[in-house]
Order: sequence, then structure tokens, then C-alpha cells
Amino acid sequence: MQPVIQLTDFRKTYKSGEVEVHAVRGVNLTVLPGEFVAIMGASGSGKSTMMNTIGCLDRPTGGSFLLDGVDVGSLNRNERADLRNRKLGFVFQGFNLLARTTAAENVELPMLYSRPALPTSEQRKRALAALTLVGLGQRTDHTPSQLSGGQQQRVAIARALVNEPKVLLADEPTGNLDSRTSIEIMGIFQHLNDQGMTVIMVTHELDVARYCKRIVVMRDGQIRSDEPVTDRSLAPAELAKLEAEQKAVQLA
Amino acid sequence: MFAILKIAFRAIRRNLLRSFLTMLGIIVGIAAVIVGVSMGTGAKAEVDKRIASMGNNLLMVMSGNMSRGGVRGGFGAAPNLSPSDYDAIRREITGVVGVSPEVRTRAQVTAGNQNSSSDIFGVSEAYADIRSWEFASGGNFSEADVRNASKVCLLGTTAAKTLFGENVDPVGQVVRVKNAPFTVVGWLKPKGANSFGSDQDDVVLVPYTSAMKRLSGDTLFRSFNIQVEGPDRLNSVTNDLAQLLRQRHKIAEGRDDDFSIRTQQEMSEFLNANNRIMTILIGFFAGISLVVGGIGIMNIMLVSVTERTREIGIRLAVGARGRDVLRQFLTEAVLLSVMGGILGIATGFWLAPLLTKFFEFPTLISNTSVILAFTVSAVIGVVFGFFPALKAANLDPIDALRYE
Repeated sequence: MQPVIQLTDFRKTYKSGEVEVHAVRGVNLTVLPGEFVAIMGASGSGKSTMMNTIGCLDRPTGGSFLLDGVDVGSLNRNERADLRNRKLGFVFQGFNLLARTTAAENVELPMLYSRPALPTSEQRKRALAALTLVGLGQRTDHTPSQLSGGQQQRVAIARALVNEPKVLLADEPTGNLDSRTSIEIMGIFQHLNDQGMTVIMVTHELDVARYCKRIVVMRDGQIRSDEPVTDRSLAPAELAKLEAEQKAVQLA
Repeated sequence: MFAILKIAFRAIRRNLLRSFLTMLGIIVGIAAVIVGVSMGTGAKAEVDKRIASMGNNLLMVMSGNMSRGGVRGGFGAAPNLSPSDYDAIRREITGVVGVSPEVRTRAQVTAGNQNSSSDIFGVSEAYADIRSWEFASGGNFSEADVRNASKVCLLGTTAAKTLFGENVDPVGQVVRVKNAPFTVVGWLKPKGANSFGSDQDDVVLVPYTSAMKRLSGDTLFRSFNIQVEGPDRLNSVTNDLAQLLRQRHKIAEGRDDDFSIRTQQEMSEFLNANNRIMTILIGFFAGISLVVGGIGIMNIMLVSVTERTREIGIRLAVGARGRDVLRQFLTEAVLLSVMGGILGIATGFWLAPLLTKFFEFPTLISNTSVILAFTVSAVIGVVFGFFPALKAANLDPIDALRYE
């Protein structure tokens, strides 16, 4: 099976004045289709740099990065933009939706830049399908300010899915959410992963990482450990547990 | 394309007041262009109308050289055209419909207890036809009147009104000029002001012989009015006239003429020169205003790019190319300036008639100026929107996404 992500001796060095900062120093990582990977690490561990590179927002300064078999290091700005559009879906910690723009229009955004362009009616159809998939089929005309955090993140996930990407990249997707909403959002990721979607997620919470199938821990620009999750959390069970706890608190 | 327009419209509507204030510079500039050009064309149309009111296919031979030594002697030069020159022109120049000499004097004209100091023109019987005068009543004096230096005259409407009252037919009445009684034989229809602004209707036309003998004592003419057969004869008649007069005035080869020949077209060009300078001046100030308006747009677009850095980051992250972002911001800038342009054109349409109404300044809004104004506003949008749009397009997606 061809890997979706293949990093080989990946290095990233920033020049900050005279000083060279080695953010990532030689990482080898292979992610196969259908995997669900959490990348963990303290700030400054290089995990964000790695995510930016995997997201084709940045290029490696050393080593190679193949996304779905394409060498990203040799692509220019426009080619990387097209790659992001067709093969990647982004979910951010701060949701990053366009304000004063309806949920449906937010989800249509990536299709605005698709080549060849889809007809407007087809764009709307796909956007509504994606919103239904994340459980927001009823609120397509709401603007972000009219939606809760969890709902906004669902819109963001729908937007990431709408162009049928190869990989879903999530950067601290539950960082701004309460625990219950976090479980729901992780449930959506698990559901998508069950259907075959490759998901890579950056998080610093072990609780959240346990919903994934594999945890990669980074420190000082290198991978410290790379292990499968043994006692995996499943969203429906966790949700039931949470409800039981809340009921117990209410009874007491 | 439609989607981009929609986004641009939304962005403009989101900051309605700011967008309007930004447009204001363009509105003022474009309105100034429209009004300025309309003043230029209006003034030109007015001049053309007045020149046309002089008659058709007209040539004027004037004493003195208008441009000798770079100094314009103009109408003030001493008369040096003789009656024998007049006869020679009538005898020898072909292609001429009519010739009339012209002497001019200003004297008090009285009738009963009223008086008027009107321009008194001594002319031949051909003059009325050459200058397209029409008669409200009565008719022209005859060739015999000219030959006999008869004491007859034609009255313009203003002169007639001063002497006899409004709408009173003066034909058959007697007016006295320098104590000589002249019988009014014709009442002229009004023509209005001439191209220099003086009232063409405040005139008394008398046979030139009468004027020279009885009124002024002149023996030379100031000018000849000549009507040629058609526009195609203007050049040949001009050349023949020049040759004839040089010969008669014994002007040596290489010396300047002591007369000048002007066609109507030259007169209109001369008169329109001032209008052109005015138009250029207004255009210059309108241009400055447009540049200032453009800078305003650039300024606001730069602010907008900074404010929307995060939005740009999101768009880049989901696959927008730099070109897409450039196009979006450029569209917004062009839309701003084009909307300003349209509002400016509307303002101009509203302002120009007011100018005519309150300052009696002739204005005429031409289609060309509207198209020009619209194009200019679009170009301003592109020129001044380009730098901010380029700045947006070149943003790094990672930095843009992280921007707070």
C-alpha cells in the first residue's frame, strides 16, 4: 500500500538573524491510508513545524516529504496550493471560519478554488452533504456567531471534508472546547476514520490522543516514541461515562 | 467571477461608511471631470452657434495684419482697404456670392425723445444676405440707395426697442444720426450676442456711402465681408484675395501682408482656444483629485488587507493561489472606485445643469466624457488597488493563519 505521508530524514531549519534554529532534526515518519495518528509534544518540540510541512504550507529544508507519492519539496507555491485544495483538509484549534458568512458558504470555500470549478448548484449540494455528515444539516444558514464552539468546529470539519481529501489534518481541534464537546468532536473523527479517512492530529492532551490509534511523541525536533494506542477511548462509551458522572453529581 | 464579485460586494457593504468615505475622493474627482468637460463642450457649442449665426461660408478681410511681429493688431488697426479694392474684388474674384465693405462708427441715434448709442455699420446691400440677417418687417435697402448715399437704415431689435419701445414696428419711422434723418426701411430679427459677447442686435445698418459721406467722413474701409459659393471655394478665394490685395497694395515679395483674411473656422478656433485652456485647467485639478482619491483607496485597501490577514490565511490554507487572493482584492478596489465613478457621474449630471441655472454657464455633458470618466475610475481601481492586492497575495499562509 502506498503511504499517504512519507517523511524521510525530514529537517527544518529557520534562520533567525545570524542564529540557525533547528526546529526539526531528522524525522522519519510513514502514515498509511486509514491510520489515525496523534502527534504529541511540548511547545517547541517541532510538532507544529511538522504539521505545517505535512499541510504543504511549508517546505522541508532537508530530507524529503512525499504526500500521496508527490514530492512536495520540489513544488512551487501554486502547486502546493492546489495540493492543499485537492488532498488535504484542515481543522484548526480556533475554527478559523469566515465571520458573517453562513455555514454553507464557509464549507463551499475550498470549492471556490478548485480547478476545474464545479457548478454552483453542485457546490451547494456537496456543502450540504458535508454538513449533514457532521450533524449540522439543519443549521446551514447560520453564521459562526450564531453557532456554539462545537458547532463551529463541525462546520470546520465539514469544510475540511468537502473536497474529499486524502488526509484530514487537525491542529488541537479540541483545544477551545469543553470536555463534552471535545468527546463529540473526537467521535466525529473516529467515525470518519472508521469509514477510511486518514486523520493526523496534533494535541498535547493525552486524554484526547487516546481516541487515536497511534501516538507519536516529539521532543527537541525528533521523534521520541511512536506506539499504537492500547487502551483506546471510544467516543460513545466516553460520552455515556460522562453522562453517568454528571447524573451522580446531580443526585448527590 | 460572480462569486468574486459577491465577496467584494459583501466586503464593501460590511464597512459601508468607510467604503463611502473612500469613494468620496473618486466621486469628487469624477464629478469634476464631468462638470469640467461639460463646461468646455458647452462653451464650445455656444461659440460654434454664435459663429454660425454670422452666416455661412464667410471670409473676412481685415485691415492690418493680425499677427505681424507677434502682436495682434486685430480689429483696432487703421483702415487701409479702399473703395477701389472693393471694386477690384467684385470685378476679379470668382466664386464669390456677395461682398460688402464695412465701416463702423458709434454715434447717438435719436427718435422723438428717445436716444440710443448704437453701433452704426456702413455696409452694402449684400451685407444682410452675407450675414444671414432676416427681416421681421420691411426689407433691405437697394443698390440704388447705396449708389445715391440715401438716408435709409435697417434697425436691429435692441436699437429699435430702445428708440421705439418693445415690439413696435419701426419701419417708416425716422431716426436721426448726427442730426441727419434716416428713414427706417427694415426691422431685423434678433440674433443675440456675438462670439465676443456684444449684442449683435444693437445695430443700425446704413449704406456705406451714406456712413462715409454723412457720418464718419472715412474714406477707407475697416473690413470686407465676403460670402463664397461653398466651403470648397474658401481656400481658392482666400488665395486669390491675398494675391489681388498684395498687388494692389504694392507689397513687395517677402514682406508681410497689410491685411488679414480670416475664415469662420479660424475665428472659431481662435475663440475656442480660451475654452481649451479652461478645460485643460479643470482637467488638471480633477486629475489631482482623482489621484488623491486613488491614494485613499490604496490606503483603505492596505488597512483591509491587514484586518483580514486571517481570512487570507484561511483562503490560502484551503487552496487559494496567490493569484486568487490578488484577484479578490483587486476586484474589491476596482468595485470601490467604479462605484465612486458611477456616483461621481451622477453627481456631475446633477451639478452641470445647476451651473447653467445659477451662473448661466453653458454646459453640455458628452457621452465621451461619461465613458472617459468611467474608464478612468476603473483604471484608478486597478492602479491603486494593485499594490495592496499584491501584498495580500504574497502573504505567507502560516504567518497569516497565526495573525491575531
